Amino acid sequence: MEKRVTFKGLWLPILLVLPQIVITAVFFFYPAGKAVWQSLFIPDPFGLSMQYVGLGNFEFLLSDPYYRASFVTTAVFSTLVTAVSMGVALYLAVLADRLIKGSGTYRTLLIWPYAVAPAVAGVLWLFMFNTRVGVVTWYLGQLGYDWNHVLNPREAMGLVVVASAWGRISYNFLFFLAGLQAIPRSVIEAAAIDGARFWTRFRTIVFPLLSPTTFFLLVVNIVYAFFETFGVIHTITSGGPQQATTILVYKVYSDGFIGQDLGSSAAQSVILLVLVSILTVIQFRYLERRVHY
Amino acid sequence: MRHATSVLALAATLGSAQAALAQTEIQFWHAFTGRLGDLVAEQVETFNNAQSDYVVTANYKGNYSETLNAGIAAFRAKEQPEILMVFEVGTATMMAAKGAIVPVYELMAQSNTDFDPDAFIGAVKGYYTDTDGNMLSMPFNSSTPVLWVNRDALETAGIDPDVDLTTWQQVGEVLDQLKAAGNTCPLTTAWQSWIQLENLSAYHNVPFASEENGFAGLDTVLELNGPLQVQHIQTLGDWAKDGKFVYTGRRNEGGANFRAGECALFTESSAGYAGIKSEAQFDFDVRPLPYWAGVEGAPQNTIIGGASLWVMAGHTPEQYKATAAFLNFLSSPEIQAKWHQDTGYLPITKAAGELTREQGFYAANPGTDVAVIQMTTKEPTANSKGIRLGSFDQIRTIIDEELEAVWTGDKTAQAALDNAAERGNQLLRRFEQANR
Repeated sequence: MEKRVTFKGLWLPILLVLPQIVITAVFFFYPAGKAVWQSLFIPDPFGLSMQYVGLGNFEFLLSDPYYRASFVTTAVFSTLVTAVSMGVALYLAVLADRLIKGSGTYRTLLIWPYAVAPAVAGVLWLFMFNTRVGVVTWYLGQLGYDWNHVLNPREAMGLVVVASAWGRISYNFLFFLAGLQAIPRSVIEAAAIDGARFWTRFRTIVFPLLSPTTFFLLVVNIVYAFFETFGVIHTITSGGPQQATTILVYKVYSDGFIGQDLGSSAAQSVILLVLVSILTVIQFRYLERRVHY
Repeated sequence: MRHATSVLALAATLGSAQAALAQTEIQFWHAFTGRLGDLVAEQVETFNNAQSDYVVTANYKGNYSETLNAGIAAFRAKEQPEILMVFEVGTATMMAAKGAIVPVYELMAQSNTDFDPDAFIGAVKGYYTDTDGNMLSMPFNSSTPVLWVNRDALETAGIDPDVDLTTWQQVGEVLDQLKAAGNTCPLTTAWQSWIQLENLSAYHNVPFASEENGFAGLDTVLELNGPLQVQHIQTLGDWAKDGKFVYTGRRNEGGANFRAGECALFTESSAGYAGIKSEAQFDFDVRPLPYWAGVEGAPQNTIIGGASLWVMAGHTPEQYKATAAFLNFLSSPEIQAKWHQDTGYLPITKAAGELTREQGFYAANPGTDVAVIQMTTKEPTANSKGIRLGSFDQIRTIIDEELEAVWTGDKTAQAALDNAAERGNQLLRRFEQANR
């Protein structure tokens, strides 16, 4: 017979989960519900009046080619940020894992960028690539390349991706390194004795054993790219040029706080909410199956 | 800060026995930092020291957009200041918020303060009055675009530094010569939408938007894709392709290039004066904004940019009395003349302009009156009174985006401006709906 621990009575369990429920209600359900409600109206900025428009805000958004383009921009941006930050972090972690001397210093140095706030990171990169006084711009100029992310959409995208991924590498590095160190030495040594070279060992043993970490980081990094890169984009490009770096979250901000169009902004939040839910479900249902724990 | 204020307010309420002695405190939220912030602080201090009935507390709330947002958020939370600084593109938003503001003319009437709207320069007054001629907000800092000239750069290129730059045709010839002489930045601009489209339209007496540029109604549509605007932007686009016009950014990034001596010609606000004067290591000159010769009615007058002070609703009569006294103080000739001379912003009243002339400032600093003359020689028309559009901040962003496509050669001026008008009109319809 299955052994189950149960509470006597109803009040204690309710009391125990109450804090969690209250926090979720106050910080998630209430604002989310409010966003859904607001998305049905066009309010004036001061909250003096509201026009009920039904699904008008959604119709307006989905018929806007720039909003539809923003989905593509977001997909490209998140994919690149995730790929770059995880790829580089994994590479560095593998190297750090093989180090015998000085690995402490090396690790500490690699973790530093994580302490830099996104907006500050944005400003740092902006200085280096400033079209007029930037150091990197100057070197590129010496090589005969005219860097101008203010006008060139590809360069702008590249710059925000690098700036966003940079701070994230540290975080991913930490997790990858911990994951690598948790892999039993004996397994790798056995493979080495069998004649497997480094690359084969990595592909057939290390990487599969690392998959829970990789999966976790994938989810976390996509969420990061979706929501937390706001500071970087705001400081470097403000979504330009020609909306080339306007990801969905940035558009929520610019329509809501610059345009004072709270109805459209609320509708975008709702769409974003749905999108992220779908994404999470897909990740857990399909990707997680391939993860070995 | 807010806690301190509420504690003060509480103390003030509790101490009502001493009400006769208590000072009325009012809040003034502004968007100035650095030198301009110091100058505002100085004005406030002068006011506070000059009388004992009222105390003004000035707070910096971030850049123009952030200050407007802070004001809106505060109003929703019922903690709004008495006075909020709003940049000119926020004018339509504030005007439409009837229950959130107290129009300045009403404030002055209610508090029996002497107030003569005709004391203000026509183009400044026009921007902030309704169609019945009532002044809704108090002009504060107003500037207008002019042409800044690096005389040394012209000389280096073998051009007479006093060359006539009145028309864009003449500017075009000078740009050819600069380019031929190897200058890498013959012309650059700040605030491209404001200078190269909004002011261009007003200066040539053509509409930027229907319904008197939005003054006469919320059903306005953009008309910025007219033949004159298209031709001007196409010319700039062609110049950009030839390296004669260099694009530096949406705001006033080009100021750094000009002050460093890299650029020969620079279209920028008259308020660029303070920075250029303190940094430029070369001989510079201020000229009126060029116009296209052959366009009927040009040059008309240019329009202003900058900010005005809005009085927010929901305060006591006593606080409004203090507000009226402070606004009156700010527009007095002495304060305005000093502000004008310190910053390069326009003197917003005629008296302040005259006082500046009497003090010999224009004689000692040639060119500082160019902007004033450019604004005041002709009476503003429906096309040159100003521009009042909802969501204007975002419309400017759209215009910036489309113009950038012209500078890179991705789009023709016609295609870009047509698209800007179409996208902008969508926002105007949203704004109309929200404020029905």
